[in-house]
Amino acid sequence: MKQENTILENKNFRPLDLKKKMRPGESVIQSLLFISGVLSVFITVAIVYELGKEALLFFNNPDVTLAKFFGTTRWQPGIGLFGIWPLVTSTLITSAIAIFVSLPLGLAASLFLSEYASPKARSALKPILEILAGIPTVVYGYFALLFMTPLLQKIFGEGVQVYNMASAGIVMGIMILPLISSMSEDALSAVPRVLREGAYAMGATKFETSLQVVLPAALSGIGAALIIGISRAVGETMIVAIAAGAGPNFTFDPFKAAETMTGHIARISGGDLSYNTIDYTSLFAVALMLFLVTLVLNLISQTIINRFRQRYE
Amino acid sequence: MNPNHDHYPEGETLRQSLKKRYRSASLWQAIFFSALVIAMISLAALLYNVIDGAFGYVAFEYKNDPAEFTAKPLDDLNKQELLDILKANLSSGAYTKLDNEKLMKKRSKSVLYTLVLERLIQIDTKQNWSMTDSILHSSGIKTEVSEKYPKAKLEFRSWLTPVFLTTPMSSKAEFAGVRTAILGSLWMVGIAILFALPIGTGAAIYLQEYAIKNFLSRVIQTNINNLAGVPSIVYGMLGLAIFVRAFEPFTSGSMFGITDSNGRTILSAGLTMGVLVLPLIIINAQEAIKAVPDSLRQAAYGVGATRWQTIWHHVLPNALPGILTGSILAVSRAIGETAPLIVVGASTFISLDPDGPFSKFTALPIQIYQWTTRAQSEFHSIAASAIIVLLVLLLTLNATAVLIRNRVQRKY
Amino acid sequence: MQNTQIPEYAIETKNLFVFYGSFAAVSEVNLKIEKQKVTAIIGPSGCGKSTLLRAFNRMNDFVPSSYVTGEVLMRGQNIYGSNIDPVEVRRNIGMVFQKPNPFPKSIYENIAWGARINGFKGNMDELVEQSLRGAALWEEVKDLLKKNAYELSGGQQQRLCIARTIAIQPDIILMDEPASALDPISTLRIEELMQELKKNYTIIIVTHNMQQAARVSDYTAMMMLEKDGSRSGTVIEFSETKKIFTNPKDKRTEDYVTGRFG
Ligand SMILES: Nc1ncnc2c1ncn2[C@@H]1O[C@H](COP(=O)(O)OP(=O)(O)OP(=O)(O)O)[C@@H](O)[C@H]1O
Ligand SMILES: [Mg+2]
Repeated sequence: MKQENTILENKNFRPLDLKKKMRPGESVIQSLLFISGVLSVFITVAIVYELGKEALLFFNNPDVTLAKFFGTTRWQPGIGLFGIWPLVTSTLITSAIAIFVSLPLGLAASLFLSEYASPKARSALKPILEILAGIPTVVYGYFALLFMTPLLQKIFGEGVQVYNMASAGIVMGIMILPLISSMSEDALSAVPRVLREGAYAMGATKFETSLQVVLPAALSGIGAALIIGISRAVGETMIVAIAAGAGPNFTFDPFKAAETMTGHIARISGGDLSYNTIDYTSLFAVALMLFLVTLVLNLISQTIINRFRQRYE
Repeated sequence: MNPNHDHYPEGETLRQSLKKRYRSASLWQAIFFSALVIAMISLAALLYNVIDGAFGYVAFEYKNDPAEFTAKPLDDLNKQELLDILKANLSSGAYTKLDNEKLMKKRSKSVLYTLVLERLIQIDTKQNWSMTDSILHSSGIKTEVSEKYPKAKLEFRSWLTPVFLTTPMSSKAEFAGVRTAILGSLWMVGIAILFALPIGTGAAIYLQEYAIKNFLSRVIQTNINNLAGVPSIVYGMLGLAIFVRAFEPFTSGSMFGITDSNGRTILSAGLTMGVLVLPLIIINAQEAIKAVPDSLRQAAYGVGATRWQTIWHHVLPNALPGILTGSILAVSRAIGETAPLIVVGASTFISLDPDGPFSKFTALPIQIYQWTTRAQSEFHSIAASAIIVLLVLLLTLNATAVLIRNRVQRKY
Repeated sequence: MQNTQIPEYAIETKNLFVFYGSFAAVSEVNLKIEKQKVTAIIGPSGCGKSTLLRAFNRMNDFVPSSYVTGEVLMRGQNIYGSNIDPVEVRRNIGMVFQKPNPFPKSIYENIAWGARINGFKGNMDELVEQSLRGAALWEEVKDLLKKNAYELSGGQQQRLCIARTIAIQPDIILMDEPASALDPISTLRIEELMQELKKNYTIIIVTHNMQQAARVSDYTAMMMLEKDGSRSGTVIEFSETKKIFTNPKDKRTEDYVTGRFG
């Protein structure tokens, strides 16, 4: 060192104080961050509490009995009809149609993308699914009512009503396809390479390996995708609100109009609903059912995914 | 020799069986690929369907003859002449009302032109056709119109015009625009992000940087993942119960001396949407924070930084692009969401610009929903136009997100 | 309690154990590290060298499952005492890591940041220059101070990390294999730098390179897994480097330093 460099002076004579310093800023910030983290739990609590409270009011109404709720098939709380089945069956039918469309398509798309497509083809094809995933559901609703329904009418004739579950279900399937495809793709690519190589080493073709080794190994992950898909279909609102029908209808004919749980909530709450009426509380009862069903489905799916990850990590 | 050896095909048979195996492989590959083709066709059909609705022939009649108001052809009038016509023919009350909403002098020529058509001449749409029909059956449509509506004018029209973007709601499809809806959407999304971004980022920081892996942090994490899967209409019900009803004094603005409103305001909608996108923002921010390498944190701790100094000066700046990308995705989600807004109580008809968080509101997807569910096909055409506006908006947002992601290449 | 006496040792450990969960990665370490000397810690991979080094400035606090028993005394104060601020400990015991890890900021900011957060009030330009000179980097970067530190070579980055550490003027500098990611020339420069720094700082270095330990260190601690098969590492021999390399007491040390190990 040519010139004097105080950095290099001996430090060992300096007083040393390692005692805890007061850092009030740090603890304030940490508390704020903690509150942000815990807030999400409060949101869940608030959902359960608010939906539960109003649903309880609904079920405490002397006119509402469980026998009526589960034992009859007409739903119109305003005039004392409390049979939940028409909303449930139409929800199940539209969801089933959606899964019937999206599961095979999504699975096939994921198999092609993860097993066959070259990186170049992948980067060309993947955006199609991403765009589909990014389209707002109200636009799908427009598509269902003004494209899919006329198309079905052309194919199946006049038996297809203007509002019908089939059209909503099919379009919902297209909407869910990217979700199922990308989750299945994750599951397929999580299968360890050694498994594939093992199959190749025994003289299996690429296709045999994909279908007989990789696919079974990824099955639980694909199951998780399926369950999330169902949950998404059950909770989807706009497509069914626009295209499936505006009024509860207990029917199993997919070409007929029937209102789903979500569609019902959207239609009834769309008017200026007054608080403390049976219409108001009944909506919360329906919403609570919806929340619980999707919650259970989501939890199952998450558990499967966690197990699946553990197995291959 | 292995005695089993005889059971395997050899020579020509082996070649034949392999050929068969490969044939079935390529068959299946084609089947798998067809799923993507179907996806492609669906997307194309959807976009085509929308564009098809937004353009096409319209047959309309003038209720009042333009000649009653002016000698010149309508299209040749300048701004002043249009103003004079309006002043002369509208009742003074109606004119003052318009003037109060926005100074007539300050309105553009095309807006005044539309006013003349809407208020004075009054258009009566007889029928409209999709773009495909208009192009393929042009002559057929022309004869049909001349037979059915001899007085009608036939015009090929784009429903999506600059005027459509800048005029408010109207009960007549020909004069309706998405101005109030766009402004409502922007207000709502602004509030949602203002609410969800700080809290979401804070929660992500807490979970990634502070929380020790214990029961509580596991509960929080599972809970966030589940919230991300709760149907959006349930968030709407939550918003209705909490923001619209329980917090009414706050969300209606009556706490702040505003009286002419209930809890069904932009503020309620924005907060509901904020709660809805919160898990999305948290999960994305967590990913972004996770991607910041530990060596950077250690470097900071190594020179005597506190935890928050390390986070604020090093972790956050490096996670910022990721957090930003996540927020943009959250914004696109919020802009497209419809169901919660219906439940929270979007107004069905509103022609005044929102002037603050306590205004009644409508939003772009709400307009699309309402117009789509109308029976008359001219409303479907403006629904299609509004969809184009919405999709362009979303495309811009997502392109921005991709740009940010690509621009900021990780250095470490 | 402030201790202004000239300390006998830079660091003294008493019956130190470091645990990851229930696993004692390092057990029963009793060391007296001389001040203003270079002490090397050597030993086979996984024997707990890094763990021990990180225990000296409480870097293990960030591993949630980790905890320490026993004492680490710095001038008579146990840095694991109940009343001790770990941030203050790290401010006085700096650390240089195996892989150079400059902040993705300008060279200038890399040095100024640590000083600033520690409340440095003096002339920042001067501090930056002196620190860079102290780390023998000034001549190479004096015209590039605004450049991002990631544009430097690996060896330069590591010297920048050393400069950043001496800028906050700690008593002790810990280095965990500081040259293992560097080429021979950069390694040599770092070694020379250590010789320069030890006039004023106490340096503790972990290294896998026997020649390096022999070249740069005054004292050497030999670490090894315990014989009992517990996978727990401990210091089996600690003395002057010369002695470790020429006349070790422990047979395992001899095998290791002469390359007959494993
Ligand atoms: N974060 C951790 N959690 C649990 N165990 C750990 C952790 N870090 C290290 N260990 C374990 O502690 C033991 C000592 O590790 P350490 O990194 O200190 O070894 P080392 O001597 O530095 O090895 P190397 O020479 O390879 O760097 C090893 O058995 C290791 O698996
Ligand atoms: Mg190590």
